[in-house]
Amino acid sequence: MIKFFLMVNKQGQTRLSKYYEHVEINKRTLLETEVIKSCLSRSNEQCSFIEYKDFKLIYRQYAALFIVVGVNDTENEMAIYEFIHNFVEVLDDYFSRVIMFNLDKVHIILDEMVLNGCIVETNRARILAPLLILDKMSDS
Amino acid sequence: MDSNPSSQKLSSEGALLGSPRPVRQSRRLEVVKKILPLNSKSQRPEVRGFKIALQGGPGGAGSHNRGGETEGSDQARTFLGAWTRKRWGESRGVETEARMVASSLKLQDLIQEIRGAKTQAQEREVIQKECAHIRASFRDGDPLHSHRQLAKLLYVHMLGYPAHFGQMECLKLIASPRFTDKRVGYLGAMLLLDERQDAHLLITNSIKNDLSQGIEAVQGLALCTLSAMGSAEMCRDLAPEVEKLLLQPSPYVRKKAVLTAVHMIRKVPELSDIFLPPCAQLLHERHHGILLGTVTLITELCERSPAALQHFRKVVPQLVHTLRTLVMTGCSAEHSVSGVSDPFLQVQILRLLRILGRNHEESSETMNDLLAQVATNTDTSRNAGNAVLFETVLTIMDIRSAAGLRVLAVNILGRFLLNSDRNIRYVALTSLLKLVQSDHSAVQRHRPTVVECLWEPDASLSRRALELSLALVNSSNVRAMTQELQGFLESCPPDLRADCASGILLAAERFAPTKRWHIDTILRVLTTAGTYVRDDAVANLIQLIGGAQELHAYSVHRLYSALAEDISQQPLVQVAAWCIGEYGDLLLEGTCEETEPLQVEKEEVLALLERVLQSQMSLPATRGYALTALMKLSTRLHGDNNRICQVMSIYGSCQNVELQQRAVEYNALFRKYDHLRAAVLEKMPLVERGGPQVDEEAKESKEVAQLSEAAPLPTETQASKLLDLLDLLDGPSENAQHPPPLDPTPGDTLIHLLDLPCAPRPPAPIPNLKVFEREGLELNLSFVRPPGTPTLLLITVTATNTSGGDVTHFICQAAVPKVCRRPGLRGSLDTPGEKATK
Repeated sequence: MIKFFLMVNKQGQTRLSKYYEHVEINKRTLLETEVIKSCLSRSNEQCSFIEYKDFKLIYRQYAALFIVVGVNDTENEMAIYEFIHNFVEVLDDYFSRVIMFNLDKVHIILDEMVLNGCIVETNRARILAPLLILDKMSDS
Repeated sequence: MDSNPSSQKLSSEGALLGSPRPVRQSRRLEVVKKILPLNSKSQRPEVRGFKIALQGGPGGAGSHNRGGETEGSDQARTFLGAWTRKRWGESRGVETEARMVASSLKLQDLIQEIRGAKTQAQEREVIQKECAHIRASFRDGDPLHSHRQLAKLLYVHMLGYPAHFGQMECLKLIASPRFTDKRVGYLGAMLLLDERQDAHLLITNSIKNDLSQGIEAVQGLALCTLSAMGSAEMCRDLAPEVEKLLLQPSPYVRKKAVLTAVHMIRKVPELSDIFLPPCAQLLHERHHGILLGTVTLITELCERSPAALQHFRKVVPQLVHTLRTLVMTGCSAEHSVSGVSDPFLQVQILRLLRILGRNHEESSETMNDLLAQVATNTDTSRNAGNAVLFETVLTIMDIRSAAGLRVLAVNILGRFLLNSDRNIRYVALTSLLKLVQSDHSAVQRHRPTVVECLWEPDASLSRRALELSLALVNSSNVRAMTQELQGFLESCPPDLRADCASGILLAAERFAPTKRWHIDTILRVLTTAGTYVRDDAVANLIQLIGGAQELHAYSVHRLYSALAEDISQQPLVQVAAWCIGEYGDLLLEGTCEETEPLQVEKEEVLALLERVLQSQMSLPATRGYALTALMKLSTRLHGDNNRICQVMSIYGSCQNVELQQRAVEYNALFRKYDHLRAAVLEKMPLVERGGPQVDEEAKESKEVAQLSEAAPLPTETQASKLLDLLDLLDGPSENAQHPPPLDPTPGDTLIHLLDLPCAPRPPAPIPNLKVFEREGLELNLSFVRPPGTPTLLLITVTATNTSGGDVTHFICQAAVPKVCRRPGLRGSLDTPGEKATK
């Protein structure tokens, strides 16, 4: 089960965070800083899976953005690794420009893909379909 | 209103801003417009500016301007950061409900603002201001833009600032008919509300309505939120709704409904009865999203209850069929990820098969072919394929698969190890670690690769490799492996050192081919990583050396040279000091077949020990060792002992109580009991060891059973040791037992017996022991364990004088290891027939 999903930039600022298991708000910032520190300190040759407390962290770097997913023990790390890539491709597809200014849309996409810690949809077209409808509705 | 063009503009403004403008206000605006120019582009901020100018005096009870905005000069300021929002005084009653919603900074602009802030303080300021406005906006109720406000609030919340005041707003937005509002409202509910807040129950009704509404998107939203933060009560209330949705035609809703069901089952396990029946039917779906969700649901159900597990065993053929189609039909464009068709679904099905096939012959058999097929057909050039393969391997390992299949799995893992991608190597190492217990020989084949992985720069990889290498050591490869591991120990990062050192020592103990090799290995470990070894390594080594009679000379030579080089590694120093003390004569003899003989002078040895004593780096325990060693050398080495006497007298006034006591006692030995010195400082007999930690636990059970047999043994050894000491004594019986607390002799036997209180099972009562009987003196030990404190053992020593005459100068000293606290020894006996109890 996915415990949390973070998008962090290189300076360590959180751009997106989604928790699938409740964590207190002050503990969240602590958690995020620690997680980010361990991910940022790894070089390119090190592998993308880290063990942190009782989670496993799987991270991937895309230019200046780190995507970190925390999972529990039962998940297949490589599948999650693939999933992160899938997610980024979907984002690329939808957003022609910088992601960060449309945070709510990113949330919608993430909600389409992951429900309560489980992956629900990975097909790009189907994920973006409701969004496109939404867009059309708000434009009209 | 006039037909002034500006007022027409005003009315259009009004339309823009969505609220009608009463006459008075428009006139005011007119006036102001004449004063200040109107730029159509930047209408909003300027209009705001006008309002400020207009307002003058106290701008309504709820005005949230920055201070001093009543002056028109502050217009510039408002333009810059302009998102102020005025309230036109419902409290006044003069103006009507028309409000200027001018502000509503869009989310993007806010984000840009925040990112533009250079310092933390600045960012906080920006956010606090915005929060204040948002709060006001919520209070006043602004239907049009509240979703925007909430979105901003959520962003701020994500950054870590408190946002609890948005909760009620979420509820309002959820209840609103507009989709954009609902969307943000549900998102807010997911992020801000959870079980612990009281407000969450209020959503239940809204969700219920939305679920039954029939608009897919809305239902999807509701399900999403429900699955994220639904509490037990909510789940119970809404379970029938969700169940209905499971059967709806639209796949969009169904896939979400299935996963919501997963959440509900997690929260309220009783609901699994409701969700069990639809599963089998849902498995026949073609839609991958639904399949994925269903498989997860079944996994969850099976994990929770064995009855469900039984029930779902019958769907194994169906699952097998689905997976086969997936693998065989190649990739359809919609689901393939880099050449593998829907790896996510494949992985989930494999995981479910694993759970279903565990410990169940029949299902495992059905799966065998399929697994072999998947394993061979998957394209491994990309990560997706590897992910599927990895899951296949895990499944093969867990179910009762054919032997050939298992070998295939191990080979796949071996192949992974050779892969250049570090991620894959990591998962391979982790899985091999799990396998090494059950398929030891298969994993052995990949030993060289594993050992290579030790040298990875990556910390997680090298740690895994270390664990795996330690698990792979067996009697045939112990020499080679230890060589590698020691090489690794020299260069490995500090956090792995302790594990590596103890691992090597353990492996050496279990598989040492010869004693000499064993001693060598331990010596090498102590030299390289002495500070990281466990405490009992010293005792173990001492015992080992003591037991290897033929190697005394060799060990003492090696240790001496090691010590001469470096006196900083405490365990090494302790062992070396002990050895030199015991076998100093062998050292000076200078003959040793096995290693280069050193020509050592007596003075050099003494000088070295003194150096150890005086060095800053030595711990008090080490100093104790050195002191005792010096003392022992006084008998071993020939020549005068002035130097040693000197040292003892110096240390007689040492600050450390332990050392002082020792020195004083040794001094006494020199002065008053010189005739006893040789006897007291004789060579140590073989220590009976408790065995390594692992064996001790295994032994405990045996010990309890064989207590009666164990009893005579300690008696014997104790008695024999005492006899040894007493053999050379002339005169009445006197027991002077060797003082150093590290003497494991009698203490060891006590450890045996004292281990029992620490064992979890209720300890058996220990019978009395007669430990010594000779020349009219009888010593009995009786053991009593007070019922209140199981860790406390009271040992009573009863000395009986059975001879006819007096027994004088009777000293009874007990040596116990430091872990036991001994209450004082009291009493002495003089007259015949008297019993003294201590």
